[in-house]
Amino acid sequence: MSYLPYALAVWIFLVGLYGVVSSRNLVHLVVSLGVVQSSTYVLLLSIGYVDRGTAPIFKDVPEGTRAVDPVVQALTLTDIVVSVTVGALLLALSLQKQKRAGTTDPDQAGAMRG
Amino acid sequence: MTRQARLGLFAVSAAGFGTLLLWAVAGLPDFGHYHGVYGTTLNSVAVGERHATNVVAAVVFDYRGFDTLGEEFILFGSVIGVALLLRDVREEPHRPRDEMRSDAVRLVGLGFAGALLVLGLYVIAHGYLTPGGGFQGGVVIASAFALVYLAGAYRSYRRLTPFPAVDLAEGVGAGGYALIGVVSLLLGSAYLHNFGPLGTTGSLASAGSIPFLNVATAIEVSGAFVLIFTEFLEELAVTRVETGA
Repeated sequence: MSYLPYALAVWIFLVGLYGVVSSRNLVHLVVSLGVVQSSTYVLLLSIGYVDRGTAPIFKDVPEGTRAVDPVVQALTLTDIVVSVTVGALLLALSLQKQKRAGTTDPDQAGAMRG
Repeated sequence: MTRQARLGLFAVSAAGFGTLLLWAVAGLPDFGHYHGVYGTTLNSVAVGERHATNVVAAVVFDYRGFDTLGEEFILFGSVIGVALLLRDVREEPHRPRDEMRSDAVRLVGLGFAGALLVLGLYVIAHGYLTPGGGFQGGVVIASAFALVYLAGAYRSYRRLTPFPAVDLAEGVGAGGYALIGVVSLLLGSAYLHNFGPLGTTGSLASAGSIPFLNVATAIEVSGAFVLIFTEFLEELAVTRVETGA
């Protein structure tokens, strides 16, 4: 069972990827990409987990208490902020596509026009 | 390529890719038995070295501060992209009056907006002591503004967040972070190396330059999210005017 969290990350990744591939709508595609990106949070946090470890915050707990890995938590924090802002940028692009081409279906969008 | 062909191709590649991924994760350490040297070392030395009790914040704003600089500029770049894509091509619409008409929602919502703002400031201020920090607190502050829109009126929201102020916050936050790194250089150490008195562990006046980087990040993140909200809300207004909704 000890590999279950990693398998979960793989599953979330593939489900999100299926969403990207089968998407009929750019907004749906952006959300699917967000799902793909969430798999990296699960993967990072599971790697850094230490059995019976506390959060790596040593306020009110003595130094040297067993704690989970702080580096992957910092990376996850970074990851979340990037995913949200890149999501916003992609949604703005989808909005422009809808305005210019009148559709948000990636199959019908054709080539981008300037 | 037809839809069926693409899905078929995806099924084959995903099966292969999934197998490789599972094989790769099987080589990872057992869940709960992490033995990374970097993280373990930081957990034991960070509080003593930097007087910051939140080791995650110490990693973000100090040990990996340069990494965070890159991330600040990803954030900055994306937000500039959103503004460039949406702002220029939009004509200022005659905005319909979209006020929240339920008094109960207005009262509770606007009450919570103030509380949320204070919570955001608290999360930022104690970022290097307890869970929190500039990224998290910045998002909380931006949500307080979003709540003003949801529970009040768009006009009030726009009066609170004029473009010049939001744009300035966005730039000052990103530029401030980079400049604090230059201060380290001027003091004769490496870029973004911690400087300043370390103070008493566990008090607000501690952790050297981490609080400054923390505040710069908070300003940038709250500016970025308010800017994204505003751009999309403006689009909503244009759509409503066009469709007559």
